[in-house]
Amino acid sequence: MEESQQDVVTRAEKMARAEPLIRQPAEPAGTGNLIFDVKNVAIYYGPFKAVTDVTMPIYENEITAFIGSSGSGKSTMLRAFNRMNDLVPGSRFEGEMTYRGVSLYGNDVSPIAVRRRIGMVFQKPNPFPKSIYDNVAYGPRINGERNKKKLDEIVERSLRGAALWDEVKNRLNTSGLSLSGGQAQRLCIARTIAVEPDVVLMDEPASALDPISTGAIEDLMQELKRQYTIVIVTHNMQQATRVSDRTAFFYVLTDSKSDTRTGVLVEYGPTKQIFEDPQDPRTQNYVTGRVG
Amino acid sequence: MAVTAQPQAGPQKVDLREPPSWRRTKNRIMTWLMILAFVLTVIPLGFVFATVIAKGASVISWSFLTSGIPPAFEPAGVGGMGPAILGTLEITALATVIAVPLGILGAIYINEYGGKGLLSNFIRFMADVMTGVPSIVMGLFIYTIFTLHFGYSGLGGALALACLMLPIVIRSTEEMLKLVPDELRQGSYALGATKSRVTVTVVLPAAVGGIVSGCLLAVARAAGETAPLLFTILTVTSVNWNVFSGANTSLATQIFSNATQIYPGAQARGWGAALTLVAIAFIFMIIARLVTARFARYQN
Repeated sequence: MEESQQDVVTRAEKMARAEPLIRQPAEPAGTGNLIFDVKNVAIYYGPFKAVTDVTMPIYENEITAFIGSSGSGKSTMLRAFNRMNDLVPGSRFEGEMTYRGVSLYGNDVSPIAVRRRIGMVFQKPNPFPKSIYDNVAYGPRINGERNKKKLDEIVERSLRGAALWDEVKNRLNTSGLSLSGGQAQRLCIARTIAVEPDVVLMDEPASALDPISTGAIEDLMQELKRQYTIVIVTHNMQQATRVSDRTAFFYVLTDSKSDTRTGVLVEYGPTKQIFEDPQDPRTQNYVTGRVG
Repeated sequence: MAVTAQPQAGPQKVDLREPPSWRRTKNRIMTWLMILAFVLTVIPLGFVFATVIAKGASVISWSFLTSGIPPAFEPAGVGGMGPAILGTLEITALATVIAVPLGILGAIYINEYGGKGLLSNFIRFMADVMTGVPSIVMGLFIYTIFTLHFGYSGLGGALALACLMLPIVIRSTEEMLKLVPDELRQGSYALGATKSRVTVTVVLPAAVGGIVSGCLLAVARAAGETAPLLFTILTVTSVNWNVFSGANTSLATQIFSNATQIYPGAQARGWGAALTLVAIAFIFMIIARLVTARFARYQN
C-alpha cells in the first residue's frame, strides 16, 4: 500500500472511532486486581523457541486480547496459562508465571487442577460426539457431580449463560454435532463455563464463524466479563477493538542466520492506546494494516 | 483473446465442450477397467454363496441345527450339527473374551499412552508380524505349550483363535483411535480431565463404531478358522457344554472332516454346516451394525 504516514493515522483513527466498530467497555480499564503475572517467559518446542521475553500483567474481569501475525507466539502464550502446552511432547517453559500469587509451573502444581480453574475455548468448535446435555454436563461430571437435579440446573444455567438455551432447550438429547458452527461454539463456551472457571481462554473463538455468529460471541464475551476474566487471541483487529480492554501485540522476529522465527511481545496496554496511539512503529504498522 | 479484429455479427459463441482428446479416452478405458475389476471380484463371491446355499439349504432344518452328529456313513437327513454349533459359539465366545479386551487395551496403550516410544513401536511391530503368521502355526504353538500339558479342550482352541484375533483387534482399534480428532482430546483436557478420563469418556465413545466393526471382523475370521482348532480341540462328535475341559468340536472342523468323507450323507452334512457357519457370521454382522448404530447415535 502506498499511503503516506498522514493517511495511515487518519485511517487508524477512523477505525478506532467509528461508532459501530468500537464498543467502549462499561468500566474504565485497569481497575481490576492482578490475576496473572507473567515475567520473562519463554516457551520452547524442542529446540525451537516459539516465544520469548514476555512480561505482562493480566487483570481480573477484563478482556485481554492478544494480536499479532501468525507465528508470533500468541496462541502458544495463551496455552501457557492453563498448561495446555504440557500436552505437546518436547515443550518447555522458562520464566515465571503466577496465577493469583501461586506459581503455575511450580513443582507441586497439577495441570489438571489448573485447567479446572482456567478453561479454554478453541478456534474450531469441538463439541464432543455426545448429546447437547452431556456436552455441558461433561465438566461437572468429571468433577464428581452425580446429582441429576443439580446437573439439570447447571446445564440450563450454562446454556443460558452462553445464550444458547432458547435455541436448544427442546432438543437437549440431540447430538452436539448437529449444531451450526456458531451454535457449536456457544455450546463449547457453555461447556467451559459449566465448571465455573475463574478464567476463560479463547483461541480465535470466532475465526471460523460468520459475522452474525461472531457478533453473538462478542456480545456474550461482554456478558461473561462480569463473572470471568477472559484472554482472547484474535486475528481480527476490529474484534480486538470491539471487545477488549487491553491489547498485547506480538511480533515475529526472524533470525536470518539460523532461519528461526521467534515471537516477542512488542507492546501491551489499554486497547484504546494500542490502536490510537501505539508507541512502537511495528505496532502502528500492524494495527493500521500495513503489515500482515 | 480477441486482439485481432474479426468482423462478426453477434457475440462470439463460447465452446464449453470438452475437446476430444486422449484424456477422454483414458478416462473411459479406466472406468471400464474398474467395472471389470469389480465384476471379477464379485464373481467368486457370488459363486461361493450360490454353491453354499444350493447345497446346504436342503440339508438345514431345525433338527439339523439341534441333533447330534451321526456316524459318517449315515445318509443325509439323519442327525445334524448341534454339538458343532455349540462348540463354535463356545470357543469363539471364549476367544473373544480373551482377545478383545486385551487387544483394545493394547491399542489404547499404543495410541494414547506409548506415543512414539520404544515399547509401543515394538508392540505395533509384533502385532504386524503376528498378523502374518499362518493360522496353523498358531494352532501348533498352542498345541505345544498348552494342549500337550492340559489335554484337548475348547480352551486350547480359544487360545489359538485369540492369538489370531489379537493382532487384528490391536491394529484395527489403533486405526480407529487415530481417527479421533485431537481437538476432542484437547477439549476434554481443557476441562480438567485426566488422561484416563479423556480416553474413557471421549476417545473410546468417539471411536466405538469402528472398534466394534474391527472386533467383529476378527470374531468372524476366528469363527471360520479350522487349522488352529485341529490340534487343540480334537473335533469329536459328542456334545461338550464345558469349554474349559474335554475334547470339543466346531463347525469349521466338522466341515473339514465331513467333506473329506466318501459318504454322500456326510458330505451333505458338511454343506449344511458350511451354510450354518455363513449364517452365523452374517447374524454377527447384523448385530454389530445395530450395536454400532446405537453407540454412534450422536455422531454425524
